[in-house]
Amino acid sequence: MSQPPRPMRITLCPGGPMLIRGAAVVEAEDGTLHETTRPVSAVCRCGATSRAPWCDGTHQLLAGKART
Amino acid sequence: MRLPSPRGPLGERVLTVLRGEVREVGDPGAAVIEVPDQRACDDDALTLWVLHELHYRGFEDVSEEWEWAPALMGVRWLLEHELEERLRVRYADARVPVADEVTRSLATLTATHEGPSLARHLQRNASREQALALLRQRSLYHLKEGDPTSWVIPRLTTRPKAALLEVQFDEYGDGDPARLHHEMFARGLETSGLCSAYGHYVDEALVPVLEQNNAVSMFGLHRRLRGAALGHLAAFESTSAVPSRQLAQGLTRLGFPPEMIAYYDEHVEADAVHEQVVVRDVCGALVQEEPGQHEEVVFGAWTCLDLEARTATAMLARWDAA
Repeated sequence: MSQPPRPMRITLCPGGPMLIRGAAVVEAEDGTLHETTRPVSAVCRCGATSRAPWCDGTHQLLAGKART
Repeated sequence: MRLPSPRGPLGERVLTVLRGEVREVGDPGAAVIEVPDQRACDDDALTLWVLHELHYRGFEDVSEEWEWAPALMGVRWLLEHELEERLRVRYADARVPVADEVTRSLATLTATHEGPSLARHLQRNASREQALALLRQRSLYHLKEGDPTSWVIPRLTTRPKAALLEVQFDEYGDGDPARLHHEMFARGLETSGLCSAYGHYVDEALVPVLEQNNAVSMFGLHRRLRGAALGHLAAFESTSAVPSRQLAQGLTRLGFPPEMIAYYDEHVEADAVHEQVVVRDVCGALVQEEPGQHEEVVFGAWTCLDLEARTATAMLARWDAA
């Protein structure tokens, strides 16, 4: 007996990325399409990532600069 | 893996016992290991590492019977007790602030903890020989990456357990053996001309590297230390994405093979995810369900950062690059 698929869950992390649980295709700002490859993916929200659309942790450096 | 070289009299006694046969409890010939009063920290660290490894992959030249042998439990207990005491004294001396929410405690800790950075040195200045030396030191942990944390799973209640498994599944390759993190590191070592055999480079491991491995094994193996185990993981994941990018850039600069660079590349995106899940969903849920674990989580997190700083200080001093 198969269960109906769970709806995709999206979590906005304070000061951090957007987490996507489940398979998704993310359209980046430049129009390119990126498929998720892991069960949970983090999409950049600070705009400073070197791996758009995915988060690469750079928001931590921005937060550090904002404090100094 | 075969037994490493002992680093002092305690190690010599323990390794000699391990090479022999296990005797029945109560047998007058059963080994009793006397622990000398005066010992060096590298003798202790290496001996405890060997005792913990009996619970992971074991040694080709040691009977599997030894894993839970009563003769070893006394010495393991003593070495773990002394290690924990040392870590707790360091933590108390650091006067780490604890916030009202554990997520805030962890965010403040990882944002404000200061220490030298091996990743930055590798990114900009390190030689190829220094990069290889660092990979050999890292191999002790990266070849069992994720494993010490797996000991914690049965000790958790529902919410932190489900969240931790989400991270562990990713550490173990999401069902694909080729993407299993410690397998990716092994492939990176081989293509870089290094040996990928588990524990191969233990004889050159620095004391803080052994202590980091021992701390994370001890946290995992004691239910009492579950909060520290998860705090350690939170600090590790929260300070991994940016350094992994720097390491990938450094290895690219030095002409390392794509397999080695791929290991660090994978950790940029994976650990950006894991950080959020471990801090919010694992540690946050643990402390909601067990409020008494808040300070333990912070202790484990601080210990991870402190031992990494000690490792970096030791490596950079060795290279005269501090």
